[in-house]
Amino acid sequence: MRYTGDPEDHTKEKIGSDVRNILKGKDVRQDTAPLPDLDDPEFDPDYERSSAQGSGGSPGGSFTEGGRKKKKRGAAYIFVSYAFVLIFLLLVAHLIYFNVKLKDDIQNSPFNKRQNSAAEYIIRGKIKSGDGETLAETEMDEDGHERRVYPKGRVYAHVVGYDSHGKSGIESRTNYQLLTSHSNPLDQIINEFKGEKNPGDTVVTTLDSSLQKVAYEALGDYRGAIVALDPETGAIRAMVSKPDFDPNEIADAWDSITADSSNSQLLNRATQGLYAPGSTFKIVTALTYYRKYGSFSGFHYTCTGALPIKKTTVHCYGGEAHGELDLPGAFAHSCNTSFSKIGLDVGTKRLTDTADSLLFGQKLPSAVATTKSQWHLEKGASDDDLVQTAFGQGRTLTTPYHMALIVSAIANKGVLMKPNLIDHVENDAGVLVSQSKARRERQLLSAKEAEALDGLLQEVVKSGTGRALADRGYQAGGKTGSADYNKADGTPGTHSWFVGYGQKDGKKLVLAVLAEDGGAGSSTAVPMAGRLFDHYFGS
Amino acid sequence: MNILTQLSKFLFVFLIILFTLKDYTYLGRRNEAKKRTILKNQIQILFGMEILGYLLIFLNTKDLLTLALLGGILVYFGVTIGCFHLMYARSSMLLVNNMLMLLGIGFLMIGRLDLKQAIKQFVIAAGGTVIALIIPVIIRKLKALSHWTWFYAIVGIVALLGVLALATVSGGAKLSLSVGGVTIQFSELVKITLVFFLASKLARDSSFKSVITATVVAAIHVGILVLSTDLGTALVFFVAYIVMVFVATRKAVWPLAGLGGGVLAAIAAYFLFGHVRQRVVAWKDPFAVYDTSGYQIAQGLFAIGAGGWFGTGLFLGRPDTIPVATKDFIFAAICEEFGGIFGICLILICMSMFILIVNISMLIRNRFYKLIALGLGTEYAFQVFLTIGGVTKFIPMTGITLPLVSYGGSSVISTIVMLAIIQGLYLLREDEGEEYLEIHR
Repeated sequence: MRYTGDPEDHTKEKIGSDVRNILKGKDVRQDTAPLPDLDDPEFDPDYERSSAQGSGGSPGGSFTEGGRKKKKRGAAYIFVSYAFVLIFLLLVAHLIYFNVKLKDDIQNSPFNKRQNSAAEYIIRGKIKSGDGETLAETEMDEDGHERRVYPKGRVYAHVVGYDSHGKSGIESRTNYQLLTSHSNPLDQIINEFKGEKNPGDTVVTTLDSSLQKVAYEALGDYRGAIVALDPETGAIRAMVSKPDFDPNEIADAWDSITADSSNSQLLNRATQGLYAPGSTFKIVTALTYYRKYGSFSGFHYTCTGALPIKKTTVHCYGGEAHGELDLPGAFAHSCNTSFSKIGLDVGTKRLTDTADSLLFGQKLPSAVATTKSQWHLEKGASDDDLVQTAFGQGRTLTTPYHMALIVSAIANKGVLMKPNLIDHVENDAGVLVSQSKARRERQLLSAKEAEALDGLLQEVVKSGTGRALADRGYQAGGKTGSADYNKADGTPGTHSWFVGYGQKDGKKLVLAVLAEDGGAGSSTAVPMAGRLFDHYFGS
Repeated sequence: MNILTQLSKFLFVFLIILFTLKDYTYLGRRNEAKKRTILKNQIQILFGMEILGYLLIFLNTKDLLTLALLGGILVYFGVTIGCFHLMYARSSMLLVNNMLMLLGIGFLMIGRLDLKQAIKQFVIAAGGTVIALIIPVIIRKLKALSHWTWFYAIVGIVALLGVLALATVSGGAKLSLSVGGVTIQFSELVKITLVFFLASKLARDSSFKSVITATVVAAIHVGILVLSTDLGTALVFFVAYIVMVFVATRKAVWPLAGLGGGVLAAIAAYFLFGHVRQRVVAWKDPFAVYDTSGYQIAQGLFAIGAGGWFGTGLFLGRPDTIPVATKDFIFAAICEEFGGIFGICLILICMSMFILIVNISMLIRNRFYKLIALGLGTEYAFQVFLTIGGVTKFIPMTGITLPLVSYGGSSVISTIVMLAIIQGLYLLREDEGEEYLEIHR
């Protein structure tokens, strides 16, 4: 950048060194002999000449000297102008960064009501399952009124969401895509002239419609949730939550649904329902032990069914005494007293570190609204609190979705893939607009740790509480959980958990199943998981 | 209609890119004839953009008043260019072109949002320009300007105390005074007096003692503004002070000490004042405080996001949903309907304006005038940074307008006057050159 008609820009080298001097705090004036003061605040053209003569030089000589001095002052000006040019360029860079990186998040923010104005000239696009079933579309009646229709009704209520009284699920997350049209430009111009709306893009999800249906049926009349995802790509294959609602009727039923606080039908229990993890948390405790000792082989314990701690006594489920156990055995039989011992062995600090590394208390990567898990084990917690947490009955709360993510990392060499609900976006004629790729989210645990935990999960199916999943034509591993809780009326109940994975012919599926008040994990959640695996692996 | 708007938006982007390129090629050119061609092209672009924009506004609103306003604006542009040309043949026409372009962008965006405000803005700009035409004469004649050091300081502080009293009475909501239907924002006037004070103080004497005096006076200015919750202007003053002291003393110690003091003061302000804290919180995550202090910023970001690179086109966005869209958030409104590329060009035009001002200040020999030009230029540049940075969530929002573009009488007048002062200084330097030649002939 050059400065107009500036006689001083021939002296860049000098100015450069002056800038450096200024930065070093030197007074640049000092390195020249005393000079006539050209800078008298008074405007007096004669002054320059007279004072120059006063300093003893010829008029010509003093002029050069004066010129030199001006250069020095010029350095400070140039420095200031570069500094400001820099901040202007930072503004430009930030605006570019915003448009490249941040724009999508801003546009899809649930607070952003702006795209709704696009609905004036675009017909909201369709939402489809990965296998092409229509999950949501906008229909027009004879009067030109639009109506959002959900052909599968309740089955996809939470994951697809609704578009009335606000938005939820995929309807909310892909609002921008649904209200953007990439249809043929020629058609768009014709529509424009006819005064007709253009069709919005179609969002094709990763959901597997038959698996979703099986999951919906498997959960039956239980409240709870099922999440199924492919650990190698992060693609979510099914997500069910109950109690549910009919998205077709949400506009009319809104008041009665929101008034019904005991059911919380709108809550997506898969991603937002907080539950005690029960024995599924033993995965975390076992990992902590492994991280401390580098193997499971050093653990031996004889279970008598009960273990007194300080103020409380730990009992195994149903008061069963498991006898002599190594760690895989303790895990397979979900022995609470063994895991109390492990909890005391590893201590609060290590357990908290492991929970941290597995995203407890942190925002989870997700394509739909999620709730963070809650981790409550403070420094200096009592031994009673420590052991309760270690076998999953402390104040720790988690979501089925979070447990599914942890298992998916174990089933994928420790790597958590970015969970994904949107496979691709296409225009109304099926031409691809954008394709989402499988992305690595982060390494939750090392490949070695994942392999060790995988061994534990397999042992559960081989000889423990998940035996029902053995010998069904696919290989499975997992962990059951029976989480005690107090019902609204104060009586005790037990949530039934299963988290695990199945694989066959290079195909993998991770499941998290939670049935509220379903009793022991093995009696309710495991058979549900079995139905999904059977269907998915085609047996 | 829609197609017309869609096509026009690309035309707008094309025109502004062309204008911006001309700005920078001008800075590098030495050939006078080529420079004149550049200036002429810029004027053509300016007229073209205004006509295109107002025709679109007319087609959308079907309000004949828009055409009348367009006529008025074109006449105003023509007369302003003509007057500067005739009265001050050697004035910097590039400065005039840039000023009119920024005003023109403002007229378009404000006119699209609120025609009444656009008309008001137009009247004020025209009035301001009349004042501006006299200023170079005043600067030329009034040679005692550099002697009124304490007059500037007292005017500045008294005006700001008035603002503080108002702010205290209205609970921080009012920072301006209404006199007979005209609202005067004193801090805009003080922008000029503070620079004059610092220039006259430091030009004469840049000794330690003098710097300390200047610091105390500047600190009083900034302090009053912080108390009256006008953080943006406080920062603008602070930066102008640092830059002027640095240039006058040429010691990096001063700006570094100033920055250090500024950082400490900012931290103290963060803990002392709720309104400072609020801004920082809203900046860190506007969505976490969406219902309160984050709302404005979030709406601004939605607007910029909706605009993308090329904008939605006039009347196809929803800039009306942004709070204070014609003032503090006008940059977001522009990015929404004219697009991000247009926004980037706007930043670059502001930057060329600043470069031009620094240029002028370097050409002036008289130290007092030199400092004034640089001080005013710094205030301009930093204000642009604060407002655009705030709207784009680059820095916390400080609630300050985009000079010449935003709606606001006092701000427009003061900026036009500032530019006229610089224009006057530019002419003085031409005088200097002439007389110098005469002496040495």
